[in-house]
Amino acid sequence: MKVINKNQFIITYFNLYGVKLVTQSTQEESLLNRYGKTLRTDRWWFEPLLVGIGLFLFIMYSTVSAAILGNYWSYEIGPYLSPFFEPLFYTDVIPKWVSPAIFILWAPLSFRMTCYYYRRAYYRSYFLSPPACAVREPANSYAGESTVPLIVQNIHRFAMYGALIFVPILWNGAIRSFYWEGEIGIGVGSLILTLNAFLLSGYTLGCHSFRHLVGGGLNSFTGSKYQVIRKKVWDMVSSLNAHHKKWAWSSLIIVGFSDLYVHMVAAEWIVDFNTWGSFF
Amino acid sequence: MPIVELKVWRGGDDGEYQTFHVEYDEGEVILDVVHRLQSTQAQDLAVRWNCKAGKCGSCSAEVNGKPSLMCMTRMINFTSGDVIAISPMKTFPLIKDLVTDVAWNYENARKVPHFKPKERDADGKHRMMQIDIERGQEFHQCIECYLCQNVCHVIRDHPENKENFVGPRFFIQMAQVNMHPLESVSQKPDALEGYGLDYCNITKCCTDVCPAGIKITDNAIIPLKERLIDDKFDPLRWLGRKIKIGNSK
Amino acid sequence: MTDFEIEEHEYDVLVIGAGGAGLRAAIESMALGCKTAVVCKSLFGKAHTVMAEGGMAAAMGNVYSEDNWKVHFRDTMRGGKMLNNWRMAQIHAQEAPDRVLELEEYGALFDRTEDGLILQRDFGGHKYARLAHVGDSTGLEMIRTEQQKAASLGVKVFAECTINRLILDKESNSISGAIGYWREKGNLILFKAKSIILATGGLGKMYAITSNSWEGTGDGHAMAMMAGAEMVDMEFVQFHPTGMVWPPSVKGILVTEGVRGDGGTLRNSTQERFMFNYIPEMFAAETASSEEEADAWYDDHNLGRRTPDLLPRDEVARAINSEVKAGRGSPHGGVFLDIATRRSSEYIQKRLPSMYHQFMQLAGVDITSEPMEVGPTCHYAMGGIKVDAETEASSVSGLFAAGEVAGGLHGANRLGGNSLSDLVVFGRRAGKGAAEFAKGKNEFSTIDKEFIDTTINNMMKPFENEGGQNPYAIHKELQDSMQSLAGIIRTEDELIQMLNKIGELKEKMKTVSVDGNRWFNPGWHLALDLEFMIANAECLVRAAIERKESRGGHTRDDYPNTSPELSKVNFILKQIDDEIQVEAKPLDEMPEELKQLFEDN
Repeated sequence: MKVINKNQFIITYFNLYGVKLVTQSTQEESLLNRYGKTLRTDRWWFEPLLVGIGLFLFIMYSTVSAAILGNYWSYEIGPYLSPFFEPLFYTDVIPKWVSPAIFILWAPLSFRMTCYYYRRAYYRSYFLSPPACAVREPANSYAGESTVPLIVQNIHRFAMYGALIFVPILWNGAIRSFYWEGEIGIGVGSLILTLNAFLLSGYTLGCHSFRHLVGGGLNSFTGSKYQVIRKKVWDMVSSLNAHHKKWAWSSLIIVGFSDLYVHMVAAEWIVDFNTWGSFF
Repeated sequence: MPIVELKVWRGGDDGEYQTFHVEYDEGEVILDVVHRLQSTQAQDLAVRWNCKAGKCGSCSAEVNGKPSLMCMTRMINFTSGDVIAISPMKTFPLIKDLVTDVAWNYENARKVPHFKPKERDADGKHRMMQIDIERGQEFHQCIECYLCQNVCHVIRDHPENKENFVGPRFFIQMAQVNMHPLESVSQKPDALEGYGLDYCNITKCCTDVCPAGIKITDNAIIPLKERLIDDKFDPLRWLGRKIKIGNSK
Repeated sequence: MTDFEIEEHEYDVLVIGAGGAGLRAAIESMALGCKTAVVCKSLFGKAHTVMAEGGMAAAMGNVYSEDNWKVHFRDTMRGGKMLNNWRMAQIHAQEAPDRVLELEEYGALFDRTEDGLILQRDFGGHKYARLAHVGDSTGLEMIRTEQQKAASLGVKVFAECTINRLILDKESNSISGAIGYWREKGNLILFKAKSIILATGGLGKMYAITSNSWEGTGDGHAMAMMAGAEMVDMEFVQFHPTGMVWPPSVKGILVTEGVRGDGGTLRNSTQERFMFNYIPEMFAAETASSEEEADAWYDDHNLGRRTPDLLPRDEVARAINSEVKAGRGSPHGGVFLDIATRRSSEYIQKRLPSMYHQFMQLAGVDITSEPMEVGPTCHYAMGGIKVDAETEASSVSGLFAAGEVAGGLHGANRLGGNSLSDLVVFGRRAGKGAAEFAKGKNEFSTIDKEFIDTTINNMMKPFENEGGQNPYAIHKELQDSMQSLAGIIRTEDELIQMLNKIGELKEKMKTVSVDGNRWFNPGWHLALDLEFMIANAECLVRAAIERKESRGGHTRDDYPNTSPELSKVNFILKQIDDEIQVEAKPLDEMPEELKQLFEDN
């Protein structure tokens, strides 16, 4: 019977990305013996594990909800449109099994995939590169983002331009959610969608790439009036950027929750408290 | 006095951990305990230190596997009877005990671009505004303890990368020169290429261990990567340059 | 019997010490086209200069346009109780501003004024805000800047290499080289050099409570003396008034004068601002007599006279000492330094970031809400190798000195901030002096083989003395006795006791023994450094016995006043046939135009 090495999953994962994973040579092993994998005695594995589970759950949920179920469960109810589907891209020309979300999701997806924070998170949790500081990385060669495929991370700037467009689009969705059948009102759903737009703005506008664009590329903030203004904007973006991790997680959780909420209301699993009464 | 059990690496590559029982006081730091060990039980224990106040960056080591300055690791965090493992920095060739050969860093110091200032003003002075130098001042806080170099997996786990990668400490130095308001030369795009910026996968361990609290990744490495992207990967900038509107700086 | 292998190198100029002065000297000598090397005991860039916090004094007039070199010169001389070499003080005051601008040219980022010029801060003894600074880590800025400049010029650095003896060419009686060892492997190394610059820094490690690191063993002082150089003002050691006193592990670590410069004040256990009780006559005319006046001065120096918290360091250290003795000290035997109640939390963190972290991390004290506890700590040696003011040449041909190891500039007491400027002003001049000397010499002088043999035997002796004295124990004995017998307050009896103690320690040194081998062995390194520390201690004590008065950094309980006769002399020390001779030498006469600066007040 073949014994399955619990590291095998990781090995294949690494191979996917073209990174060779071979066991360390015995000579090198002996030199490294005084460290083993690590001498850390604290729970260094806890954070990458938690992050790994969190990202996994979100990816599973969003794939199922937006890509697979798509048109087969209702993503719109009353004034509420799930942010996965904002802006709605629906025509009869497209077969029903193609979810309208896939026309738009590439933008936020590529933005988050190449985001400097998420890169840190998944490199640590999934690539184990490294799993935690001063813990040995299993791969035995490494070229980082200098070669194909990871050089593609440099499209982050491009993805950021795309993501910026989505900020007004999601605010538009949030504002629309206060207006139903000719009547201005408010519901729990409107609040959730507004919170979603807010957190997404904080995340997008605190992006490292955006920070660079507004002022990070300058060496002097005092040469002209225009530079003084850019410095002010840069300061604001910098203060958002300092908490980029928090914005990344809160905006991720809220976007998933917003989607789930709309579905649940639409499926009549829960009732949305609002000023309009029932949507049915 | 309470006593801790120290497991200290003794010897070179073929050495071993030796166990010592050493007295300590709550107000002390690990380095004091190591000094007590040195003066009472192990006279020839090799350890680097200078200022004992976290300013010179000499006493870098790994305390229970965590890269830290021994002078800034307080004994108040331990209780009597605790076992503390003290190892030399892993990334650099071991000389003896807690002392490693950090010459690679000094080679990189010569390799990275050096500052070349603009001309002085007519009165022989330079003018710079405080807000323009604050970014650089953060990088000037570096005490060259090389803990960031030590913890960086790019070289810690892959020594072969040492040829193509100067490490976080020198990314700071490059940022310091590249962002200097008086810098006249190195802002050319290729000034940033060839130092291994693209090896960094921004896992931020350098920032985590920095005793000077420098936001190495957020304020130096990522901005430098972005400056490179300006010239190499940004589609709008590329278009702008093609039709000659604006310039890259 | 030299069956030891010796690695040999040849350089036009050899700089011993890689602190602010050594690096500046190397940069200068390199720029003048001499083949230059720097040797340092620690890693490159770890020199004690990094511990300098407050700033470097230079009369640039960026904050107070009234300031100029004459005011700076006058402050320096008065701070040094007029014992300074006037010409050095003049050169220092005149050239410091250019050296600051030069550092900026090398890439230093000093804090700025609103006009974009270099900001200057107040410090003890300086009439105007004069210290160019970077928060409270100016020394770090200086050394890093010079280090990067030196690296860009390609100065050769021998790091973790300790020089043990200077070598003299017997015929010409001039410097021919130096011998030492690599700390890493203990291998021997010999430098042939046309000229040598000593920039080895201080000697504070002979005291128990000191802000100096392990390197401050005064190697340069002792080696120069052994080579026959004249030493000056060795009795004057500065005790910095504010060192940390708690917890024990950090006792002695420096708390920058910048805390007081930026508004902090000293208080005793009754919360009294006691410095108002200790204003000496010399400074009474320009020191505030009430708290209101002192506080107004901080806002604008024209609104009042300066606060007594910023009297020269010797005055403040003595005052703290008296308060503690009178039973008005803080719980751990210091006094309180309070900035928390006087400045906002943001201001403190912005102006004094490393003090904030130092207290937070090492003592668990938040200086934005609690007072610090501080007390005097051995900080700086005013005395050192006697040098020519223009070229920094010592009395030995080919030997130069700059920085703390050189004496003369600071007289009996150094003003804060004058040290960093000293390093670059005289570092540059020494580099120039040594380079020119080397250029005038076509060949390397001969190396005395016999001397090499004796030196090596001497260095290896601790390995042969099995079961002898423990170097760490001898060091502790030296530190404890210096602290109690030749510390901040001295008496004839105690100084003579100390001299006897030194005799005992010298005896013990004959049988000092170390474990292990030459491979990175701190015990051995200490044993070799101890010889220097003991030699310097002897110098200090002998000069201190002769100076039968209280002046600057030298306070005699048995002679509490200044003596008019002794105000006219420096004590010069010289080693002749293993005996240290002390000789009083009249001060150089100051020219009339400089004298006048002290007459009209």
